[in-house]
Amino acid sequence: MDHQAHLLEVKELKTYFFTFEGVAKAVDDISIHLDKGETLGLVGESGCGKSVTALSIMRLIPEPPGRIVNGKILFDGVKLLDLTMKQMRDIRGKRISMIFQEPMISLNPVFTIGDQISEMFILHENCSKRESWERAVEMLRAVQIPSPEKRVHEYPHQLSGGMCQRAIIAMALSCNPEILIADEPSTALDVTIQAQILDLMVQLKEDFDAAIMLITHDLGVIAEIAQRVVVMYAGKVVEEGQTITIFEEPKHPYTRGLLKSIPKLQERSRYGRQRLQEISGIVPSLYELSPGCSFYPRCPESMAMCQGSVPELVDIGKAHRVRCWLHSGH
Amino acid sequence: MVTYITRRLMQGIVVLLAVSFICFIIFRYAGDPVHTLAGRYATFQEQEMVRKAFGLDKPFYIQYTRFLANAAQGNFGKSFVTRVPAFNLILERLPASIELATSAIIISFIVGVGLGVLVSLQPYAMRNRLVMAGSLFGISIPTFLIGILLIMVFCVYLGILPPFGRGETRMIGFWRTGFLTWSGITHLILPAFTLGMYQLAVLLRLTRAGMREVLTKEYIKTAWSKGLPPRKVIFKHALRNVLIPVITMTGLQFGELIAFALVTETIFQWPGTGNLLLTSIYESDQPVIVTYIMLAALIILSLNIIVDILYAYLNPKIRYD
Repeated sequence: MDHQAHLLEVKELKTYFFTFEGVAKAVDDISIHLDKGETLGLVGESGCGKSVTALSIMRLIPEPPGRIVNGKILFDGVKLLDLTMKQMRDIRGKRISMIFQEPMISLNPVFTIGDQISEMFILHENCSKRESWERAVEMLRAVQIPSPEKRVHEYPHQLSGGMCQRAIIAMALSCNPEILIADEPSTALDVTIQAQILDLMVQLKEDFDAAIMLITHDLGVIAEIAQRVVVMYAGKVVEEGQTITIFEEPKHPYTRGLLKSIPKLQERSRYGRQRLQEISGIVPSLYELSPGCSFYPRCPESMAMCQGSVPELVDIGKAHRVRCWLHSGH
Repeated sequence: MVTYITRRLMQGIVVLLAVSFICFIIFRYAGDPVHTLAGRYATFQEQEMVRKAFGLDKPFYIQYTRFLANAAQGNFGKSFVTRVPAFNLILERLPASIELATSAIIISFIVGVGLGVLVSLQPYAMRNRLVMAGSLFGISIPTFLIGILLIMVFCVYLGILPPFGRGETRMIGFWRTGFLTWSGITHLILPAFTLGMYQLAVLLRLTRAGMREVLTKEYIKTAWSKGLPPRKVIFKHALRNVLIPVITMTGLQFGELIAFALVTETIFQWPGTGNLLLTSIYESDQPVIVTYIMLAALIILSLNIIVDILYAYLNPKIRYD
């Protein structure tokens, strides 16, 4: 549709890791986009390239061994891959923020929470030290941390995991970024805390008017907050569409497998409780991908042609796109 | 924190008592002091007189308490050789040793930590591998060899630095300093490098290892993602975490450098306490030896306590409550 409207557009991105064992194609020809105010879910098993995609956008891929080999990343009309590191630093944290999986180890243990949050204001908004601290307290209040005036002087180890994640969210949102990339923000937390953190993110997204790219392997989380979903497998997008479409009419066998492997409470068969379905096999090693569809060895519906070549990502209507020979019109 | 410090002070006192006991045993029973005091040709009567005069006929515990009481006041008796109080003899030499050790530790800390950080940023670059190989030499070459090599290069071949002594010094109160004159500073360079070389190499390796570990941590990823410049990420977020073990190490070694710079002081004829100790050992000057041991114990203990307090300050997870 309208190309100019996309806030972030990743085109044909290829990020490879060059190691002694060979070249790992962690992200292999990925194109995704994110619109203003949208929540996009990026789903897949561990090692499918979700995090590497996020780190590529931030240009935080460790070099060597990693390298962005090909592709374009357009953010608000700016080609991120062409920026100098200094220009990129003005975008990181200020316009695109990122939060990581493990809240307890994502904050520096030797600085107070206030020190780490106020750093954002000092860095990006030239605030005085005092003003930044006051704003840090406000941010802690915004993420609903009780008695923020006191917490601001505490060290990360004095806070619980959920509190740390709130502080990290406060830090990430402190400069009103246009995009928040959240890499498994709730995975390391208790289920009850998970729900709180997700609710908080939904609410803050409204308040701060940010677009969220949510990376997770948990489809339940996606169902709850994402409007659109991109399913990734072995460095490629295999299916993409509105959350509701994906959940109601999953087309790719991998997506169907993922959906079946969510435990459900009520559903019981005649024989009592049903066995949880799993996707057999494991994610293929990124070093030895077959020339065909990389899901082929695990796919319950594989055909002879799947082994030969990789199918294209085809549009099957309603902005629903899938990469599978079953739907390629052959 | 106060309880913690008090507890550490109490422990320190116990250790000092133990050291004093050992010192006393050396003093009293490593050879009969009467022979030394009265002289080799004294008659039996003269020896007995000396024994009485110095209280050496009293029971063991009385002698020990007297030794303790005197020691507490800084009175360790007179040197057998020079006949001046041993304590004064050492105090007079102490500034030289402290200045040498301080310079050595500052050089090794700045160069060691600085190089360690630089090397850790590109661990596989050729020049950094060379630095690491060099640091192995620093650790394994004995001090006396380093000293001699430095003298050979800088004094014999190049002739730009003096090979021995302290050069011109100035008195500030009781403190004789070499920092204020050009000659004093040039005299300090070689011995300070020699003394600090091992320490420098150790700090370099410690910093590099620590940085390489810390730089892979999640909180460093967070720091980059905040848009911080490399200077801040490396020197604020990473180095502060690495400094915890590095400062502990430096502090603990500092005491040893003050107290046990014997080899360096001997090579460079540095008029410090190490040199004095060596002479005293040659001459069996027990009061000086004993005073020296007590003082060394005191310095090292105090530095340990300071390091512990500093450690609590650097590492917020430790609050000793």
